[in-house]
Amino acid sequence: MFANVLDRFRALALSLLLIAAVASPALAGPFEDAVGKFANDEFSDTDEAIGAVATSGNPLAFAIISALQDGRLMADPDSKKVYVTQPDGKIIDAVTAEQVASLPAAAAAVRLNNRLRRTVEAALGGLTLLSPDPAKRIQAAQSVFKTHDEAMLPLVDDALKNETVKAAKLAFTEARAAILLFKPDATDVEKLEAIATIKARGDQEAMALLTGLTGDQPAAIVSAAANAKATIQRSLSLWSMVQNAWYGLSLGSVLLLAAIGLAITFGVMGVINMAHGEMVMIGAYVTFVVQETIRTSYPHLFDYSLLMAVPLAFIVAGAIGVLIERSIIRFLYGRPLETLLATWGLSLVLQQAVRTMFGPTNREVGNPSWMSGAFELGQVTITYNRLWILCFTLAVFAILLAMLRYTALGLEMRAVTQNRRMAASMGIATSRVDALTFGLGSGIAGIAGVALSQIDNVSPNLGQSYIIDSFMVVVFGGVGNLWGTLVGAFALGIANKFLEPVAGAVLGKIAILVLIILFIQKRPRGLFALKGRAVEA
Amino acid sequence: MLTQLTHDIATPLSRRRWLAATAGLVLGLAAFTNAKAQETIKVGVLHSLSGTMAISETTLKDTVLFLIDEQNKKGGVLGKKLEAVVVDPASNWPLFAEKARELITKNKVSVVFGCWTSVSRKSVLPVFKELNSILFYPVQYEGEESERNVFYTGAAPNQQAIPAVDYLMKDEKVKRWVLAGTDYVYPRTTNKILEAYLKSKGVKQEDIMINYTPFGHSDWQTIVADVKKFGSTGKKTAVVSTINGDANVPFYKELGNQGIKATDIPVVAFSVGEEELAGIDTKPLLGHLAAWTYVQSIKDPANEKFIKAWQAYTKNPKRVTNDPMEAHVIGFEMWIKAVEKAKTVDADKVIDALPGIEAKNLTGGTSTMLPNHHITKPVFIGEIKANGQFDVVWKTPGLVAGDAWSKELDGSRDLIGDWVGKKCGNYNTKTDKCGGQGS
Repeated sequence: MFANVLDRFRALALSLLLIAAVASPALAGPFEDAVGKFANDEFSDTDEAIGAVATSGNPLAFAIISALQDGRLMADPDSKKVYVTQPDGKIIDAVTAEQVASLPAAAAAVRLNNRLRRTVEAALGGLTLLSPDPAKRIQAAQSVFKTHDEAMLPLVDDALKNETVKAAKLAFTEARAAILLFKPDATDVEKLEAIATIKARGDQEAMALLTGLTGDQPAAIVSAAANAKATIQRSLSLWSMVQNAWYGLSLGSVLLLAAIGLAITFGVMGVINMAHGEMVMIGAYVTFVVQETIRTSYPHLFDYSLLMAVPLAFIVAGAIGVLIERSIIRFLYGRPLETLLATWGLSLVLQQAVRTMFGPTNREVGNPSWMSGAFELGQVTITYNRLWILCFTLAVFAILLAMLRYTALGLEMRAVTQNRRMAASMGIATSRVDALTFGLGSGIAGIAGVALSQIDNVSPNLGQSYIIDSFMVVVFGGVGNLWGTLVGAFALGIANKFLEPVAGAVLGKIAILVLIILFIQKRPRGLFALKGRAVEA
Repeated sequence: MLTQLTHDIATPLSRRRWLAATAGLVLGLAAFTNAKAQETIKVGVLHSLSGTMAISETTLKDTVLFLIDEQNKKGGVLGKKLEAVVVDPASNWPLFAEKARELITKNKVSVVFGCWTSVSRKSVLPVFKELNSILFYPVQYEGEESERNVFYTGAAPNQQAIPAVDYLMKDEKVKRWVLAGTDYVYPRTTNKILEAYLKSKGVKQEDIMINYTPFGHSDWQTIVADVKKFGSTGKKTAVVSTINGDANVPFYKELGNQGIKATDIPVVAFSVGEEELAGIDTKPLLGHLAAWTYVQSIKDPANEKFIKAWQAYTKNPKRVTNDPMEAHVIGFEMWIKAVEKAKTVDADKVIDALPGIEAKNLTGGTSTMLPNHHITKPVFIGEIKANGQFDVVWKTPGLVAGDAWSKELDGSRDLIGDWVGKKCGNYNTKTDKCGGQGS
């Protein structure tokens, strides 16, 4: 173990030397001068300073450069002194390493631009190749794979020898292959082996690497590279189908989530509810308010903010739904045109009310940590927020279905929608059921708002962008049938995502609309038409 | 009022109604003389306060009100106080024209500050021409226009898009370009100009990817995956984004989630300012770029004074400032100076007085109104910082004069706007004719 650590240290020293050899000719001069340059607030000076500090061999070099990357390197423009704010909050002088009590008032973080950020990454990359954290080693190996810098070869060889973690070993082998492929004096055998390794990797990066292979190579290598490219291309196009299907499922889940409340109010009750989108919007604003409260009062609970917002959004949107039903819609049953106009007017009122209360600008709703980022499944990038939304949608759908099937309220709802008068004569309070059904639909729209706040803007216009799509899904799936809404949403989502790469986003959307219009001509009642007496009622 | 009166006279009247009418007339006259004693100069504000564009335009309404307030504290202009007339065109393009007509004919405003989208500007143009009034338009736009009644204080393409591409080419060594935009006139024209410009710099067709999306597009998975694919050929790639309004938030979120960092594929945006960033978690956006002629973080005494006064006026210490706001600040000061120079608010005289007027901008320079009704401005490239502000990483050495007609497009290369010498907005320098199309 100890020997291993020693090895690492030796390699670290080697890497610093290597960087010294690779780095752009930095101004020769003492470490102090180089550090002082950080205070000049000029990108070219900062660039020189990074080179000089990285090659100085000073024990503070790593601390300074990683602080620079994180925006913790502070410079005082007046005294030209530079300080490192350490992660634990302590402040040290970057030259003397002495701890100081506080920063001068004028001190500001040393600025970076993208070019410098890459320089910093490269400087740190050489160091992290031997980091004790395997994830960091893999990351460093990946960046070597991309840059395939010849000077890194001994370092990679060294790292490979000591590597024990399987994934990291693979990453180093690939990085080594990339370097060998572009090394002018590598033997043909080495290059052929490298091509085989890269072919096995088989992703977009491997493709890019092979495409970048130019110059006069022996015929055997050219043909091997072409062969590998063709194989990678084939597997990539297969993966892109999988990717489209995933994107389709994900879009479908968003459509379903937005439409599922409407499937109750419009589909089951027959109310053309143009204010449905605003219920979604209200749900999103509830999320905002919950997060804002958590941010100011209980910051450690932030990751649970969505879980708290779900029931609240259901209650708030549901209550508003019941209120709307009691005060407006119940007077308009059986008059679809008036309902349409009244709910449309209502949607404008709700939008403007929210605009007055929260302002017209977008409100920031953060993603909890478990909904940020992505993971790779083969060659497909799956983002966590989309995955969670898909799961959430299916859960909401299942709960709703179970509710309609197994609870007394569900039974009453179905009875009222199937035959209102008979239900009434059986002793069901139909007007109470109406209010509750409308409230349920609105509440579910509110829940949808919680999820949609994670992928869309929280602004007063949020609902408008979903109302057309929601109606489309419900009508396409078949009015009055929840399963139809499910199938309709996923069918539209997947069709859209397979059309988009071919036709573009705008034309794709138009094509979908045209297809739906044609479909409705053929089957006016949608995919799953209700049969029986309810249809005539 | 007048039509009402003649109508009354035309119908047989009872004595009582005559009396009422006379009384009304007397009262009206009294009100009129009373009003004359404290006569004001009216300034129209034509910005959407509801609908999709309210997100951006409400701030501009507040800005004009703030500027009027400040000017009145200084005693107004020509010895009279300024009075704002605010209308709400509700993000509805035809309504813009109606409201503009209402402002000019009914409210008798001397000048209008307004519009955001190009389509709203195009919709009010005929009204301003017909009724001969003045419009100050504060937003970056696609160019290819120079009207006598309009003064363009936002950036023309050569004051935003071209410098941004130059920066990426020189400093980031970008070789492959994604031009992504919302599907309407501003992105389409800008991208046409950029495509021509890139090709003139030797960029090949296969290294340019153009993509349009509908307004309010929210599912960016496919497009971001495509960008990622396009950018992984080994050549340095950048995205030039003319994506407008709300669609930006999900776009940036998707970029962040799919792990595209600014160091790999930088995105330079022309419609994302401090105001838009206020609605996003900016940590994943660190290092992405925007091109503007003003950013809030500029360290200049005039800017700091303005921000302080603005935050005091809005009673919100976190209220941000942005580029179109500065455009209104410059435009407003230019109008005041022109009115003082012409000693009247008469539209013709003020229009003639405006070219050549100078006004301090908030970034330490002095902008000038040009004969083509555009202004000179500096151009900044800013990187998004974690606090939702921009960090200026590059700026043009001096001020850039706004071109009404792009030098990159075949149809407009030879055209100039010159309302001083030639009295023409689309003068063809090749054929020496006004109204001619370019070769």
